[in-house]
Amino acid sequence: MEDISVKETKPSGRKRIAVQCYHCGEICDTSVSTDEKYFCCDGCKFVYQLLQENGLCNYYELSEKPGIKVKGKFSSQRFAYLENEEVKKKLLRFEGGSQCHVNFYLPQMHCASCIWLLENLHTIDQGIFFSKTNFQRKEIFIAFDPAKISLRKVVELLAFIGYEPYISLNEDGKKSNKKVNHKKIFKIGVAGFCFSNIMMLSFPEYFSSGNIGQADLQKVFTYLNLALSLPVFFYSANEFFISAWKGLRQKWLNIDAPIALAILVTFGRSIYEIISGTGAGYLDSMSGIVFFMLVGRWFQDKTYDSFSFDRDYKSYFPLGVSILKNGKEETATISQLKKGDQILVRQNEMIPADAIILSGEGNIDYSFVSGENTPLLKRRTELVYAGGKQLGGAITMEVVHPVDQSYITQLWNNDVFTRQKNKDRSFIHPWSRYFTLILFIIAGSTALYWSLNDPSKIWPSVTASLIVACPCSLLLSATFTFGNMLRHFGKNKFYLKNSSVIEALSRINTIVFDKTGTLTHSSQANVFFEGEKLQNEEINMIYSLVKESVHPLSRIIKQELILTHIVRPLQVKNFKEIAGKGIIASVNDMQIKLGSKQFIENNELSASLSQTGEVWFSINGINKGVFKISNQYRDGVSEMIKSLSSKKYKLHVISGDNEAEKKNLESIFGKQATILFHQSPQEKLNFINELKNRNSKTKVLMLGDGLNDAGALKQSDVGVAVSENTSQFTPACDAIMDSKEVSKLHRFIQYARSGRTVITWSFILSILYNIVGLSFAVQGLLSPLIAAILMPVSSISIVTYVTLATSFSAKRKGL
Amino acid sequence: MSVLILLIAFSILIAGGFLIAFIWSVKKGQYDDDYSPSVRMLFDDKPVAEKNSSLIPKQK
Repeated sequence: MEDISVKETKPSGRKRIAVQCYHCGEICDTSVSTDEKYFCCDGCKFVYQLLQENGLCNYYELSEKPGIKVKGKFSSQRFAYLENEEVKKKLLRFEGGSQCHVNFYLPQMHCASCIWLLENLHTIDQGIFFSKTNFQRKEIFIAFDPAKISLRKVVELLAFIGYEPYISLNEDGKKSNKKVNHKKIFKIGVAGFCFSNIMMLSFPEYFSSGNIGQADLQKVFTYLNLALSLPVFFYSANEFFISAWKGLRQKWLNIDAPIALAILVTFGRSIYEIISGTGAGYLDSMSGIVFFMLVGRWFQDKTYDSFSFDRDYKSYFPLGVSILKNGKEETATISQLKKGDQILVRQNEMIPADAIILSGEGNIDYSFVSGENTPLLKRRTELVYAGGKQLGGAITMEVVHPVDQSYITQLWNNDVFTRQKNKDRSFIHPWSRYFTLILFIIAGSTALYWSLNDPSKIWPSVTASLIVACPCSLLLSATFTFGNMLRHFGKNKFYLKNSSVIEALSRINTIVFDKTGTLTHSSQANVFFEGEKLQNEEINMIYSLVKESVHPLSRIIKQELILTHIVRPLQVKNFKEIAGKGIIASVNDMQIKLGSKQFIENNELSASLSQTGEVWFSINGINKGVFKISNQYRDGVSEMIKSLSSKKYKLHVISGDNEAEKKNLESIFGKQATILFHQSPQEKLNFINELKNRNSKTKVLMLGDGLNDAGALKQSDVGVAVSENTSQFTPACDAIMDSKEVSKLHRFIQYARSGRTVITWSFILSILYNIVGLSFAVQGLLSPLIAAILMPVSSISIVTYVTLATSFSAKRKGL
Repeated sequence: MSVLILLIAFSILIAGGFLIAFIWSVKKGQYDDDYSPSVRMLFDDKPVAEKNSSLIPKQK
């Protein structure tokens, strides 16, 4: 969640003097350059040079600054596990003598330039025959010659140019998913084909009001209709029957039950009429209903292929680990790790299991697990929990617990993660039950009436009322409303897992926020300097120092200096970073120190840095001043909070970070809100649990960004993962929100609520149609013509109404 | 009136042909990705090898 480049200017209207990296567009100084082009780091420059050597600079012309910042140098052993035969076998789709095929998911793919470069991989390496991308699914298909280039080399090449593939060894789910989608489209295609042809063949019937001159011609038409309706009934409509049957077996009348009944009755009566020669049947209505309902479902179920909403810790962990055996380094998959194994963890690698440090010094960044921003210093024999990222040099460690028993994975062993969310049944279901009940009462009383007056009319009137009163408009209004709302949410970069999240969102009354990365920027901050005005030379000194450091505060100061000054890096000697204290180095034979006050004043009592959010600065022991750093809240956050609290939502903040921001948060949230700090992932989960236990009516919305929120996201009714970059991995959740849109949260909730109003009105509309239809049916007067007019008119008008209403409502809510 | 029957038979045959074409195109994955084909056709076959010195990073 860190490492994000700052592309937009800060809102304070400061002038931006810095240049942008030619490759990735990140603002930078002018120290790294080639061919009169500037780069933020060597990584970006190397990619540029590689592309330039291969004549691929077209990459930079198709889109502006398309590159992806290469995050540090990955170690040479990072992809060593791809040499493993078993891993290879799992990944390769096809393995022939001189050709191998492989499919990768590349979350970084985002523009036309990406497609162009990725499909020109063969010009960079002769071993690659060709590559083809699927932009929608962010996938690439590569065919390569294993004699010329190994799988590992292919992945390394992709990672080098910035498109590191996401590799998982159990990816079977995706393939089956794809097939199901196609099946739905086939069903719609078949239903549409049959519906339109039946309609056409029924026209003579409509216009002659049931009396076509030639009897044999009429017979041909009706039998053709019957033949055409068979695929609709047996193929396209089968999911309604299956779902209704499943519901009935569990003694639950779901929304598909009345639909299945209507289809069955319509089909049965039509067959009877056609074979007995008494009429033309209602096959046109039946196939039309099936077609519209299938389209509605498809519209609603269209999901975001390139997002994954069901990730667990395994997606975050490295797949391969370097194990030291008898002094030799071997690679193994993470599941092979055993207690007592010695492992090697290099810079910027994640610690795969709880382990004790044997040699080297650990500088562990736990921001990913706990939300705490400051790296922790760990010495020899100290225990390090899995999930931290080593920022310092390589360390060797001894595994204490295997991966699935480590501290962080315990969270996933909580039964929240195995349990399905107890979804409240949609408010549409009770409607459909009442509907069915009332329908049976009407049909029954019709039968009673005609049995007393004209028994010959019992059968036609009862079947006719079951045909015409099909609750399909209920289903249609819900599917099209939710489908269209999902699209509007998606347009605003709020991606919901499925349509039931909309309903859950509309019931929310309590909102819990994470702080870092959700309410505040994770990589931007407010920086003030207190002290004498800094000279240019001094600024360059500070810049040169913080540039070398990996500490988050250093990164913030670096960003600030680039934005406000013209900086030029100087030569730095004897650079030393003392974790938890500060950095020291000499520039131009002067000793520069940056860090905590105690560190500057050579006081050994250490105080943690970000507790105070201060970075002091000294030259040759003379204190020059202090940078005061405070979290920068996202734009519009306080307005959003105000609007939410004025609407009586209960608000809470739970942060894994320290209390430095307490005052600011209190001024934004007011007195009633609970604001908690130092919360562990487990405590966050428990907090949500407690909220729900205290009052069963509490419906919780949780906003969080990191793995440390994963349990809370899962436990809440709606868990929203906030992400700076939606191509990055997010914890398991119900929805993914672009971090720039956090301030629209109150509008999103209101929009979700408006969906219920739209559906209620469309129900009323459909009930009016039903009253008209039933008034014909109970009298035994329902001709196929009336049914054929009523059916499309009601379906189309309801679909139009809900689509327009949801779009209008979105506009009014400013979405 | 047998002409009419012939006509209908033909029309259904043609419509059926389109249905098969539709199913075939879905199976072939023509609707899987509606973005990359639209940009792919605009790419030049041979990448330009020479340097383009007019590309200086924009300074804002």
